[in-house]
Amino acid sequence: MALYSEKVMDHFRNPRNVGVIEDADGIGEVGNAKCGDIMKMYLKIEDDIVKDVKFETFGCGSAIASSSMATEMIKGQPLSEVRKLTNKAVAEALDGLPDYKMHCSVLAEEAIKSALEDYQKKTGKEIE
Amino acid sequence: MIYADNAATTKMSKAAIDVMCTLMNSCWGNPSSLYTHGQKAKEVLEKAREEVASVIGAGAREIIFTSGGSEADNQAILSAAAIGKRKGKLHIVSTAFEHHAVLHTLEKFKKEGFEVTLVDVHEDGLVRPEEVEKAIREDTCLVSVMYANNEIGTIQPIRQIGEICRRAKVLFHVDAVQAVGHIPVNVEDDNIDMLSASAHKFHGPKGVGFLYMKKGIPVKNLIEGGAQERGRRAGTENVPGIAAMAEALKEAVRDLDKNAALISAKRDRLIAGLKEIPHSAVNGDEEHRLPGNVNFCFEGIEGESLLLLLDDKGICASSGSACTSGSLDPSHVLLAIGRVHDVAHGSLRLSINEEITDEEVEYVIKSVKEVVEYLRGFSPIWRDLVNGKKEFIL
Repeated sequence: MALYSEKVMDHFRNPRNVGVIEDADGIGEVGNAKCGDIMKMYLKIEDDIVKDVKFETFGCGSAIASSSMATEMIKGQPLSEVRKLTNKAVAEALDGLPDYKMHCSVLAEEAIKSALEDYQKKTGKEIE
Repeated sequence: MIYADNAATTKMSKAAIDVMCTLMNSCWGNPSSLYTHGQKAKEVLEKAREEVASVIGAGAREIIFTSGGSEADNQAILSAAAIGKRKGKLHIVSTAFEHHAVLHTLEKFKKEGFEVTLVDVHEDGLVRPEEVEKAIREDTCLVSVMYANNEIGTIQPIRQIGEICRRAKVLFHVDAVQAVGHIPVNVEDDNIDMLSASAHKFHGPKGVGFLYMKKGIPVKNLIEGGAQERGRRAGTENVPGIAAMAEALKEAVRDLDKNAALISAKRDRLIAGLKEIPHSAVNGDEEHRLPGNVNFCFEGIEGESLLLLLDDKGICASSGSACTSGSLDPSHVLLAIGRVHDVAHGSLRLSINEEITDEEVEYVIKSVKEVVEYLRGFSPIWRDLVNGKKEFIL
């Protein structure tokens, strides 16, 4: 059996929404280099909807795949839905992750939450 | 496929496979049985013992066949610790970058009251004999130093350390799993009392290895239950595997000088090519190095994703990143030579053999360059480094 599901490998090999949004409304960075994973999420928000999202990740295959999948799951979604995104949902969408890699999906959830917090801080807006 | 992970395991040699298959077909008797069919297996076993012994300058009776390097390491330390216990000597000297088969066994004995001193391996990955000498105490019962490191390939000054141990009358164990069959190893010349080796690292089968125990050292059993190996290792002997190991070893040492020169040249080309990648560094001394070992750190990327993308390009390699070790910490070897976590996560080990062609070497260099550049392209750490928000380490 392969280490990762085909979905993980697809998102790892062809990561979606890679890059930077220069005028992002919210930026979240989680993880640290010491542990070998850093995820950075950039959100562009209009009318309480994620109009655009980009990510940068330093990390293993599942960290890159989790970031990619998470960006796909939140793009075009209202913030009220985005804030409900869980690591489990990300892992499930990837057809599962090995147990010792579940923390990669946690990082993806945390990176998005951190970007939302940044957006709230910058705008003073509450998310329903 | 370009196989550049020979330090993990090697492809079996054709001659070793032939020996193994022939014996499995025709010589499957139990060497402990008295009838001819069993005694034939016994003959094969003893011939293999003599061959293995002669390669490392030992006597046949000093060789104990084991299931591999880890078992041999365990048994050597167990035996030395038992002697130490009897004499009230509960101190062991080793190094910080030994294989876990040694380090974890030492941890076990620490719980039983032993004290362990791990000498520094320095930034170049080389043990200083004088530091081993300083670490030896009145109550030291064992010094255990690997012949060559499995990750960074550095070859240790074993002969000098052995001399020191002889003078201090302390047992000297050498984990030579990466060395035997690749560089000259001789237990007499190198002043070695105990030595561990593993067949699958020199084109022999997996699950077979041996322990050399100098005559006169009492051996402690790891596995009880029979008189095999002169009562020192129970269990019906893996005759086909053992004979195949002997065959592979003979073959490896027959062409050792020729192969070492050939492989070293390719290793040096790989190192030179990969050095062109900015903010990279070779891990371990370049001169005292196994012929086939290349080990680098690339700043700003993580090793597992590097390996997966190299795999897509048909290249088999390994890394000391946390994600490939299954723990949160990167390789203890890279940390021992002073690489910080951030950089140690971005390591790559290529361990080549004589089969790699010059074209393949160039393809590997090109591929690693491409993948490192690609991964740096969306690494937040790399962005911070390039933008001056963080300082480059390499």
